[in-house]
Amino acid sequence: MPKLIRNRQIVEDARPVVILEEGETAATIALPEGGAIVPLAVWQARRDELLAHGCFGVWLAGDQEPRDLADDLAQLQTIAIHFPKFADGRGYSLATLLRSRFGYRGELRAIGEVLRDQFNYLVRCGFDALQPAEGRYTDTQLLAALGSIADFSEPYQVSAAVPDPLFRRVRRAA
Amino acid sequence: MYRYDTYDQRIIDERVAQFRDQTRRYLAGELSDDEFRPLRLQNGLYIQRHAPMLRVAIPYGLLSSRQLRKLAEIARRYDHGYGHFTTRQNIQYNWPKLEDVPEILAELATVQMHAIQTSGNCIRNITSDPFAGVAGDERIDPRPWCEILRQWSTFHPEFAYLPRKFKIAVNGADHDRAVIQAHDIGLELVRNDAGETGFRVLVGGGLGRTPIIGEQIADFVPWRDILTYCEAILRVYNRFGRRDNMYKARIKILVKALGIDAFREQVEAEWVHLRGGPSTLTEVELERVAAHFIDPDYVTLPGDDLGHRRHLAESKAYAAWVKRNVRAHKQPGYAIVTLSTKHAKVAPGDVTAEQMVHIAEWADAWSFGELRITHEQNVVLADVRQSDLYALWQQAREAGLASPNIGLLTDIIACPGGDFCNLANAKSIPIANAIQARFDDLDYLHDIGGIEINISGCMNACGHHHVGHIGILGVDKNGAEFYQVTLGGSQGNNTTLGKVIGPSFGAADMPDVITQIIETYVAERNEDERFIDTVRRTGIEPFKTRVYADRQPNRKVANA
Repeated sequence: MPKLIRNRQIVEDARPVVILEEGETAATIALPEGGAIVPLAVWQARRDELLAHGCFGVWLAGDQEPRDLADDLAQLQTIAIHFPKFADGRGYSLATLLRSRFGYRGELRAIGEVLRDQFNYLVRCGFDALQPAEGRYTDTQLLAALGSIADFSEPYQVSAAVPDPLFRRVRRAA
Repeated sequence: MYRYDTYDQRIIDERVAQFRDQTRRYLAGELSDDEFRPLRLQNGLYIQRHAPMLRVAIPYGLLSSRQLRKLAEIARRYDHGYGHFTTRQNIQYNWPKLEDVPEILAELATVQMHAIQTSGNCIRNITSDPFAGVAGDERIDPRPWCEILRQWSTFHPEFAYLPRKFKIAVNGADHDRAVIQAHDIGLELVRNDAGETGFRVLVGGGLGRTPIIGEQIADFVPWRDILTYCEAILRVYNRFGRRDNMYKARIKILVKALGIDAFREQVEAEWVHLRGGPSTLTEVELERVAAHFIDPDYVTLPGDDLGHRRHLAESKAYAAWVKRNVRAHKQPGYAIVTLSTKHAKVAPGDVTAEQMVHIAEWADAWSFGELRITHEQNVVLADVRQSDLYALWQQAREAGLASPNIGLLTDIIACPGGDFCNLANAKSIPIANAIQARFDDLDYLHDIGGIEINISGCMNACGHHHVGHIGILGVDKNGAEFYQVTLGGSQGNNTTLGKVIGPSFGAADMPDVITQIIETYVAERNEDERFIDTVRRTGIEPFKTRVYADRQPNRKVANA
């Protein structure tokens, strides 16, 4: 079962991430029983069905617009952002916008190529769930990876999870 | 200069611990090459021709003597006894071992130094005017702003994986010595009509494969808002900059594609949400940082030191050095000294550990224990009394750091090139040295006057060849090294890009080519006309005609 880190704890989450393959459409793709994380297009096409279904989330690609979810945030328990490559940093801005601009408070999950060496930045940008690709880390490695979340204890700048810059948080001696 | 408090120190100590663990995991096979690459690059570590290369940050070019001694110690202990100052005011070591790098970073941290974000697709070391705080034409000291931007950009979580590298430069003087027009963001400190401090903001400049001069995006951003404004620019770039082609991924390509007006609209639309938010700077923070950059304890001196005057009259060699390497200081009786790393025997920017120790001693004795690195790859002692200049000159001459050639033809800017760098198409250093050896007559050099030769070993343009009065670019033709020559580039307030004069040349031809270009200048120039002004007036034709007159072009003239 896929493991992920949620609020700094390792948990299991069986919900698969639905991807639209070539030839499949948002309107017709079969949704798994027991919930899933679906592409934005599926949510836009089938919101009533998904809301009735319950346990689901929506995922965004790096080139998608978080504003498209702005009116739906209260109904969404999970929004995932997909990192096609760990070095593709668009997801950090999307997360920041969802949290800081649109006020999203539900689970914000990083999926795709998610690696421990980016955990600290991901969490500071508002992700509270980190889902490395299945099989990337052994259980022991994932446990050790929790430590990376706290790589930097007092960041200089504002981010979704750090509402004030260092110069407003503490009194710095001249 | 800025001194770390406990927070600054903790952040770089945590960085050392982080990289130590990452290196351990890489060596243990837990991190792949691809996964480790951006992590090491954001710690300045390249894997290249002979060994890894480590680029250590010298924020906005400022160093203390203690830090320089540490750099010397590292050069001796972990390298081959020297370091290379770069065109971005940093220092590179060409021979460290990968497994030693965490220890080197730990050593650097003991003197408040690091290699953070000196490479990789992130916000790089902030660069500035090497004469900040001492130049007579300064309106506003850029150093506190550089430090504020350094802290803001260090481990900024949203902007660590940008489409491509991102360079910011700050200038606060009438004359732009920071080349702000050739940066992703160029910041010029200005005052508005009400006397308030702010920034004129340029965006989308850069050299490299597609050289572009930055365009103005804002004529005045109030100082309190500069971080939120930069955040707005970076967010638009991070989201919409191209990621499909690394050669089109710099912000300049996005700005060109959208047009400056549409780009500005997007930035302003983003800024509306950020402006006035928590990143807004406070008086308290500005004062805290600025307090690190107040003037040292200058003593009241006569504007003209008599001993200095006497030495000038008595020693032609000293006078030549003073003429080229010593600049007026804002404080009467003081001078700004540039120590030249340039002569025919060494690579431009290379300094040995022994030389570093000497410079540290001179800084302690004569310049309040501080020094600066210039983007021309020289070293500045910014606060020397006129009465100490002669003694400094004598020692610098002993140490091989007193070539009287600042701004002259032999003060060549060059990247490490094919001798060291994996990216290079061709060598840079032997070309620089061959030209320096050709022009060894000091009187002739002074007669030619101010001229800038910039050499890059490849399109990435680390040697800033586009903005050299004479630019030399190494190109690869079927596995052989050739050099393309441009004329008419310039840095400064009106940065211009050079024009290619024609087909490229073999390495052995380069001293002759430069000689012919200089002879053409000497023949064409009006009285007291600088090289660059002659090129601007006549265009490249007379130079081209002369250079290709006795040469069979080895291919059809391109870009002519």
